[in-house]
Amino acid sequence: MNTNQFSAGLKAGTSIAIGYFPVALTFGLLAKTAGLSIIEATAMSIFVYAGAAQYMSLSLITLGIDPLLIVMNTFVVNIRHFLMTASLNEKMQPARKWVKAIYAFGITDESFTVLATGKKGKIPTAFAFGVTLIAYGSWVVFTVIGHIIGANLPQFLQAAMSIALYAMFIGLLVPSMKGNRKVVMLAALAAVIHCVLYFTEALSTGWSILVATLASSILVEIVYSRRGKTAESMFKREEEV
Amino acid sequence: MGPSYWWMLLGMALVTYIPRMIPLAVLDGKELPPVVSGVLRNIPYAVLGALIFPAILFVQEGNILFGVLGAGAAFLIAILGGGVMSVVLGTIAVLAVYSLFM
Repeated sequence: MNTNQFSAGLKAGTSIAIGYFPVALTFGLLAKTAGLSIIEATAMSIFVYAGAAQYMSLSLITLGIDPLLIVMNTFVVNIRHFLMTASLNEKMQPARKWVKAIYAFGITDESFTVLATGKKGKIPTAFAFGVTLIAYGSWVVFTVIGHIIGANLPQFLQAAMSIALYAMFIGLLVPSMKGNRKVVMLAALAAVIHCVLYFTEALSTGWSILVATLASSILVEIVYSRRGKTAESMFKREEEV
Repeated sequence: MGPSYWWMLLGMALVTYIPRMIPLAVLDGKELPPVVSGVLRNIPYAVLGALIFPAILFVQEGNILFGVLGAGAAFLIAILGGGVMSVVLGTIAVLAVYSLFM
């Protein structure tokens, strides 16, 4: 394992760890309110490790919904990760399958975006371990702390920190947008499609993120290939500039 | 919570892990058609757009202005060339000041 790449990964993942802090803390607190013991709540963060799905499961548990339906809901909410790891696979350094199967566990919306937008060229395996480990650590540790202290951060700080993950997404997106019209189109189109799906309540959140992402990626690809430039040459050209 | 909780947890863990793992383990080393790999290369930027909007507008319930202010601050810091960490901490600072005084 390359130690330098691992530390670089830990550093790149720090903004995720900060962003997970208020979210995991609140999860621990809500889990306690929903009647989960500290072991049960922590086990969910350790073994499932999926923010939105964990939050939803709490409200479903409180409502006394059939566990099988909770599992199915989890699947629907998390199916979008399939798209993300398929995309990430194109950028990762080759590695043994079981090694890739290990860091695959740590791929969330946040770790995916940090990994996929971070580096030019192939992403080293050690870097992926660094990013996913610090994010996972934060998620698990702050779930425990949230359950123990059973209280939120001061209101003003809680509110302010709830923006952290979105601010991180913006911080990742903007540098890639500069001088690259294709990236601007991809993000803008996906945002518009997601807003339409959200406000018309056409699909549930898990599906609508997946559909918006896929539709935008395909449409923009069609536009660019019609212009006689493949995605590949376009990205390469702009990376060289 | 009884034993059914742990069965549910096992189910949740499996249906979350499998979609994460399959592409990385199964597509390993396979050459995809250029169109498919072009689309896959677009995913990170499209997903960022879909993750940011509209959710950022609703970070504080019943107060869209809060999200708009946060989004504005984050975009501004990022456009001015701040790194990811400066964008995150700067936006938190702006909103902390806002919520202290509002």
